[in-house]
Amino acid sequence: MTGTYSRRLVRGLLVVAAALGLGAAAHADVGQIKVATGQVSVERKGQSLPGKVGLVLETDDVLRTGADGSVGITMRDNSLLSAGPNSILTLEHFEFDPTTSDGRFDARLRRGTLAVVSGRIAKKSPQAMTVRTPSAVLGVRGTEFVVSVDE
Amino acid sequence: MNRLARGAAVLVAALVIACAGPKETIVLLPNPAGQETAVTVTQGTRQVVLAQPYDGARLGRSGAEAFPSSAQQVQAQYGRALAAQPLPPAQFTLFFVEGKDEFTDESKRIVDSVFAEIARRPVADVIVIGHTDTVGSDTANDALSRQRADVVRAAFTARGLAADKVVTIGRGKRELAVPTADGVAEPRNRRVEILVR
Repeated sequence: MTGTYSRRLVRGLLVVAAALGLGAAAHADVGQIKVATGQVSVERKGQSLPGKVGLVLETDDVLRTGADGSVGITMRDNSLLSAGPNSILTLEHFEFDPTTSDGRFDARLRRGTLAVVSGRIAKKSPQAMTVRTPSAVLGVRGTEFVVSVDE
Repeated sequence: MNRLARGAAVLVAALVIACAGPKETIVLLPNPAGQETAVTVTQGTRQVVLAQPYDGARLGRSGAEAFPSSAQQVQAQYGRALAAQPLPPAQFTLFFVEGKDEFTDESKRIVDSVFAEIARRPVADVIVIGHTDTVGSDTANDALSRQRADVVRAAFTARGLAADKVVTIGRGKRELAVPTADGVAEPRNRRVEILVR
């Protein structure tokens, strides 16, 4: 009885610890801007940052490119995303365990053009990466593709 | 302008409107590694699967519609996005003297290649993953693999790479390059993998 209880307690604590761990990992350092041309900005918590090469990205960042802009990012799981001019790309969700490759990655293209090379998350689990457009959900099965959204 | 020409102009305008670009387009690209590859496009309850290179889907008011695209079309519409694609991560492997955290001589030359790769990239970040062979306990190998990764990191920072650009991971004997039984001294498993991204 006590054994079951303490085992349950331990399991509960592990779940809490895992949730805290993921919570921490879900925000900071999900990727980095590796290429930027023309006008690029990153919206983060209501602020607009210049989208320069080297900027470390966080979950919920919104990348915007101007009429002359383009931006390329490498995510922590080695996914490569690059957007052409007049694009709005949101990194909605990113979790990644570098030891096991388990994780989840959801990005959203609201406008513009996007090229995608999927990384370790999609390789490990085909359901774990999606790209959303205003009207559809793209499921990624270890792949390179392009997507555009006209306004 | 005569009436015929005006009529033709109206017709062309109507055609342009009718054929006005779709709202959303998705095209699957060839996979250089030749692995199995596909994108599923789900719109409400409808789904289109793109499984061959240059399979395309258009999403308009009438729903998803498959179409064949081409390298030329992709370049015309997505050239800027594709030109902004970061370089794929480059991978290097360094080997170690048995039971020690010393590089083999050949590995010292690979370090030069790693630095050439770092120099090629505007903002490189480096991931260093240490591994061991199966001689010894998990605890000992975990420590040794971390030590090996740290040695590589120290070698890199000593050559001028900023410490905050390098992440080290130790995986002990969990991920063998060459599968062996426990307790086997296998040089190819005593390694550190380096990813330059």
